[in-house]
Amino acid sequence: MPRVVGPFRAPQAGAWRAVYDPSVDKVIDRLRRVLPPGAVLATAEELKPYECDALMLYRRAPLAVVLPAAEAEVAAVLRTCNEAGVPVIARGAGTGLSGGATPNPDAVLMSLARLNRIVGIDPLARTARVQPGVRNLAISEAAAPYGLYYAPDPSSQIACTIGGNVAENSGGVHCLKYGLTVHNLLALRVLTIEGELMEIGARSLDAPGYDLLALLTGSEGLLAVVTEATLRLIPRPECARVVLAAFASLAEAGQAVADVIAAGIIPAGLEMMDRPAIAAVEPFVKAGYPLDAEAILLCECDGTAHEVEEEILRVEAVLQRAGSTECRISRDEAERLRFWAGRKAAFPAMGALSPDYYCMDGSIPRKRLAAVLEAIRKMEGKYALRCTNVFHAGDGNLHPLILFDSNNAREVARAEAFGAEILELCVREGGSITGEHGVGLEKIDQMCVQFGRAELATFHAVKRAFDERGLLNPGKAVPTLHRCAEFGRLHVRGGQLPHPELPRF
Amino acid sequence: MTDLSSLQESIRSAADARRPVRIRAGGSKDFYGGPLVGEPLDVGGLSGISDYEPTELTVTAGAGTRITQIEQVLAERGQMLAFEPPRFAGRATLGGAIAAGLSGPRRAYCGALRDFVLGVSMIDGRGELLHFGGKVIKNVAGFDLSRLVAGSLGTLGLITEATVKVAPRPRAECTLRFGMEQPSALESMVLWATRPLPLSATAWHDGYLHVRLSGAEAAVRAARESLGGELMGDAEEYWDGVREQRVDLFSAAPDLWRVSLPMHSPPLPTQGRSLVEWGGALRWLPGPQDASALRALATRLGGHAMLYRASVKPTEGCFQPLPPAMLSLHRRLKAAFDPQGIFNRGRLHPDL
Repeated sequence: MPRVVGPFRAPQAGAWRAVYDPSVDKVIDRLRRVLPPGAVLATAEELKPYECDALMLYRRAPLAVVLPAAEAEVAAVLRTCNEAGVPVIARGAGTGLSGGATPNPDAVLMSLARLNRIVGIDPLARTARVQPGVRNLAISEAAAPYGLYYAPDPSSQIACTIGGNVAENSGGVHCLKYGLTVHNLLALRVLTIEGELMEIGARSLDAPGYDLLALLTGSEGLLAVVTEATLRLIPRPECARVVLAAFASLAEAGQAVADVIAAGIIPAGLEMMDRPAIAAVEPFVKAGYPLDAEAILLCECDGTAHEVEEEILRVEAVLQRAGSTECRISRDEAERLRFWAGRKAAFPAMGALSPDYYCMDGSIPRKRLAAVLEAIRKMEGKYALRCTNVFHAGDGNLHPLILFDSNNAREVARAEAFGAEILELCVREGGSITGEHGVGLEKIDQMCVQFGRAELATFHAVKRAFDERGLLNPGKAVPTLHRCAEFGRLHVRGGQLPHPELPRF
Repeated sequence: MTDLSSLQESIRSAADARRPVRIRAGGSKDFYGGPLVGEPLDVGGLSGISDYEPTELTVTAGAGTRITQIEQVLAERGQMLAFEPPRFAGRATLGGAIAAGLSGPRRAYCGALRDFVLGVSMIDGRGELLHFGGKVIKNVAGFDLSRLVAGSLGTLGLITEATVKVAPRPRAECTLRFGMEQPSALESMVLWATRPLPLSATAWHDGYLHVRLSGAEAAVRAARESLGGELMGDAEEYWDGVREQRVDLFSAAPDLWRVSLPMHSPPLPTQGRSLVEWGGALRWLPGPQDASALRALATRLGGHAMLYRASVKPTEGCFQPLPPAMLSLHRRLKAAFDPQGIFNRGRLHPDL
């Protein structure tokens, strides 16, 4: 029986309309024929939960949602869509902050959540083979009995899945020492848009030909669909301790970060919070942060007990020499976790300061930290909005949080302009518009700031080498040469993130 | 200093005429990969460190800058290239190191060259100067083309400049030597790698396992006590020999096979001497081998085999052949960067 499919045709300038398109029904019927019962969702009610990922600003129902549970089913979906010329968007847990999995009303959204099997852990080879829908933290849990773990730990690690981590090249608090996803991946099984299986990388430490493993990592679902990943596991450090250091100025705190690195120390984590952020979190978590400090640094060392003892004292000495007004070393695990609790509660705590905030994700050379933070302070006056900073100082990855009220249209416009100016400043300082959240839909305009026409043309040529017709995750990550239309940013209403149960840092 | 615009001009005219060119700086890796085809395009003049900030842990240098020069400047500030690329008698350059993608003894424990590449500037086959990645450690904007270029043997374009991540030199380092045969050496390397030990290199050959420990004083001391073995005197010289393939075993024959395997693979049933590196993940075999049998074995074990040094370059190429679907993807990628197919023809694969 024919039915009205909608209201999810692509909006032009916000005009949503219901359209009956018989070819859509045909694709859905064909998908139903290649998948088990219940694996194709197409009613408005069924599609509702899939309207957005963690970038909630963009809500659009997909054409249909498919839930394959095996590699062969993923291949069947891709073949079907490829034959019909219908785009496909792969999705994991939907925790991405940049809209990499935002649906498109003309595209099939393929959730890989049912491919959630840990295929095997090889403790001697120190590898885990997992399907893309396995949660990041579940890998470390499964490896724990062998004294091993999977190092990349994005803040959403209790929910985010490994397929999404590969697509975004996810990092985490510990990536200064342990690297990003790309550094902890050995091999992938992927399917092309034609449904053809390719084995990328190897269980050995290198593979013949081009380094497609590096190319696919962070490609935001534009090149292929991951159906299995082989990950590197590492021995869990015996212990970890953290130093909490307070500074009377942002400049001194920024310099202290450089001094730690200059002393030849690569801490497991090195995080900074500015005064407004400290003031926001302390009443919540009572982490014991000094309220009179302009900035605090949290510097974690891990390793064997001896190693940590040696390193933590060196860190303390460096921070004291850098002018720290107060320096505290965690005495036990409970205190270490308390020091971190404030950092981890920082994003949720912003809800008490402001009805909404934009979270930016620029990265800069560390030496420019103080100057960029000062420049952001000045922008607060220019845009008449407050901005707090809580971020991965050790790797120069800023997360400025611009506070605003979305009920005030003028504030929204100012907040957007403020964010854009910050990202453009990051590019000018030799950094990047995104350190770890990805481009997705959110920062597609700023890609035009960071890259020139020739680089963008090369990205498109690489895309075509994998996906001639542009059917995989169209419109994300790489802007077309003539598009620089305005998109928004991470928009948080009432301090509530789309996954309020996840810590965000 | 070579002028970038004249290089661009040379590339454009080569592309117009579909005339092959081969990119060359120190020439230290002329032996590596397929035959040398085309007119040399010398980038040795693109030399010099343009940016080095020890606190940023990054160094930016022209493609023709010698690895030894970079290492010397880093050493003055207590830093190093952790991927330990071969220096090949001082002739190896940054651009060549990245193009070849070769990493040294530390690779199994600290990461490969490509893990440390943060950005490259390059000229593509249309003569366009392109910049990918950058100078910051965290950067996920756009496809990671600077890492794709690493190990592509110049087939995608001419690297003009690159930024790599550097690492602090370890505060303490020592090398232990154990008399053992290959099976127990393999077993020890694999077991030790599952423990939080400060391993930074391992090599077995001729009845001895060599284990380098690097890190905090306390960690190195504790590991040394727990592992035992005999402390090695001229360790730095020894590891340089492994890194540069100067240990005598490497030159035992004109042909040298390099077999890359999962770490815990068994000893290979091949005849003659062998050298095992990277915790068991890299096996060097001097002397002629039955290429197809060795490749089939490597594939079965989950790895691959290549003819690293060849007395005669085989027509099927030095590297493990690629499956058909993979080869056609490689062709399309090559064409995306180099539509006329002028760069380093046949160097990585006979058909690229």
